[in-house]
Amino acid sequence: MVTAAVQAPPLRLEGARKHYGKIVALDGVSFEVRPGELVGLLGPNGAGKTTAIKAIAGRVALDSGSVHVFGRTLTPRDPRPEVGVVPQELAVYPKLTARENLEVFGELYGVAPQALKARADWALEWSDLKDRTKEPVLRFSGGMKRRLNIACSLLHSPSIVLLDEPTVGVDPQSRERIYEMLRALQKSGVSVVLTTHHLEEAEQRCERILIIDHGLIVASGTLDELVRSTLGSRRAVHVMLDAAWPATEAMPGGARVGEDGRSIQADLPDLGGSLARLIDGIGRAGRTVTDVRLTGSTLHDVFIALTGRELRE
Amino acid sequence: MSTIRPLLRIGYLNVRRDRVVLAMVFLLPVMFFSIFATVFGNQRDSTARIRVAVADLDQSDYSKKIVAALGAEGGLQVRTTENADGTGAVLDREKAEDLVKKGALAVAVVLPKGFGTSGRFFNRDASAPKVELLADVSDPIAPQMVQGLLQKVSFTAAPDVLASEGMGMLEKYGGPLTPAQRASMAEWQKLLAAGGSEAAQVAANVGPAIDIVNVMQPGYGNVGIVSFYAAGIGVMFLLFSASGAGSALLDEEESGTLGRLVGSRAGMTGVLAGKWLFITMLGVLQLIVMFTWGMLVFHLPLLPHLPGFFVMTIATSAAAAAFGLVLATISRSRAQLSGISTIVILAMSAVGGSMFPRFLMSEGMQKMGLVTFNAWALDGYIKVFWRNQPVTELWPQVGVLLSLCALFLYAARMFARRWETL
Repeated sequence: MVTAAVQAPPLRLEGARKHYGKIVALDGVSFEVRPGELVGLLGPNGAGKTTAIKAIAGRVALDSGSVHVFGRTLTPRDPRPEVGVVPQELAVYPKLTARENLEVFGELYGVAPQALKARADWALEWSDLKDRTKEPVLRFSGGMKRRLNIACSLLHSPSIVLLDEPTVGVDPQSRERIYEMLRALQKSGVSVVLTTHHLEEAEQRCERILIIDHGLIVASGTLDELVRSTLGSRRAVHVMLDAAWPATEAMPGGARVGEDGRSIQADLPDLGGSLARLIDGIGRAGRTVTDVRLTGSTLHDVFIALTGRELRE
Repeated sequence: MSTIRPLLRIGYLNVRRDRVVLAMVFLLPVMFFSIFATVFGNQRDSTARIRVAVADLDQSDYSKKIVAALGAEGGLQVRTTENADGTGAVLDREKAEDLVKKGALAVAVVLPKGFGTSGRFFNRDASAPKVELLADVSDPIAPQMVQGLLQKVSFTAAPDVLASEGMGMLEKYGGPLTPAQRASMAEWQKLLAAGGSEAAQVAANVGPAIDIVNVMQPGYGNVGIVSFYAAGIGVMFLLFSASGAGSALLDEEESGTLGRLVGSRAGMTGVLAGKWLFITMLGVLQLIVMFTWGMLVFHLPLLPHLPGFFVMTIATSAAAAAFGLVLATISRSRAQLSGISTIVILAMSAVGGSMFPRFLMSEGMQKMGLVTFNAWALDGYIKVFWRNQPVTELWPQVGVLLSLCALFLYAARMFARRWETL
């Protein structure tokens, strides 16, 4: 039993289904998170991200399916000392100071009274708020409140941290600071699951990405895996020339000349061979390539390819 | 316990750092109580006497004696002229009626012409001129009281007339007096008419001897009504404070802190227990502040009644706190809570006797009042402060309040399920 528990992944959601009236929020979502992994859960509005997070946190009772933490199957009422949940809202008391917020939530989440001060000191240091410990939170900037919001969920040293839109509404500096904080957590072996609308962030920061839509995980993997599985090896290429393409020369490999005569677009089925042939053909026509841009290789392309361009509101 | 302490700390810090809440909880009730205690607590003051106008159209010796006797009554402030200070024209019926219609006073007495010469006691006939009471019926008490006092002074103001008419009746139905009896009667009547000390004694001895004895608060004067309003206003504001403090739940739901609290070891039951305990403690403190103010400023006898006061205050605050949680948990927004709580609390306070003593209400209303929480709380406080009853006599009120508390807590827990899991 002990061996099974040790080997079990920190978090596993299996066949999670949840509907609100006629609206299906989760339609059989399954995924697992490995130790020390930073996983991004992406999806359009209403795709089921927050419901999945709440189900793991015990705030949503699933119609069917199960939540497993380190091999334990949990009902909504079961305590979850291994889990820290950071809500999307700024769930801190504005009239209390940062330290007071940390202390009351620390105590509520089971930090022993004798360890409370040390944990609050750690959290203030970790969230870079140690110089503002005595100020009421209502005087804090948006970024500071976000950092405190995260810190309040970590005082009981959870092994799994769930963050719902942790960087919404903050400036780039605060965002950078928040990801530094999360990296530090990861290094200490904590598994992190976050939802975000910032695709570049997920692309750059997350080790693994889960894309959820209409209550289902529609793709999962690293960015490369997602690109390969969703878009294959075909890429759109935009090439800029030093001078207009000579009208007498045929365009190599089915490429098209833009209206300005200096830009060329082509859809290349295999990037390795086709791009080399295209550049070679351009050279033979007496032109020099000044810039090359590839599209169809970003998370944004994958996301749009999987979830479509239709507005979700 | 380890989850209750941080919850109490959150409540305490939030209240301590909000001056508006502090004023609402501690200053406003004291202010309202002071107003009520000042208005209703000084009943012996001349301003509380019933103002009455008298138009003496008869101007006979008898009518003048009646006017003078009414003026001597402690409960009345009599005027016979247009102005209260005795200036202006002497009142006739029209002017007296005007004063009532304008609202200057609630009742006017018109003594008609021929009033002094017609039969006043025993041989009154249908054609005899009648005394009129011109009344503003919106005041149901004043006309009744003036009528009673008028009847009283008609007997006591002119004992010679009463004696004369009495003897007349005796001779009419019992046969004529002997010359000796007649001579003796004439001598006695002369003394009565002169209004000497003997006459005054005769007048005072008409009817049974009555002495008003204060059995409720011997030695404390007129503090009963002050303690009633301390309790009445106290309970009403306690309910407002409780619903206000309960509204923190809605704020916490909106900010997301409620989710964080519910997700903690406290759970929803622990969160509600912590809130209830905090609001109860806040309520106890609120009532202590108000009754202490009543003791210092209005001589409310708090110290001799401390045990009863604490028993009632703890039971009342506990039930009010639970009621505040019910209101908060059934409301979907702060605005909704504000609307619901204002209506419910004002209605309960009116019917339950916070604004007007229930023992002065009709029997039906008194029974209806018992469905409210205020009525039970006030009955308990009245037992303590007004009726001087021992703490053990409070068991019906404390029992009902604690049962209501348990019921409210159960209801709040049920309603709060919507915040727990979706």
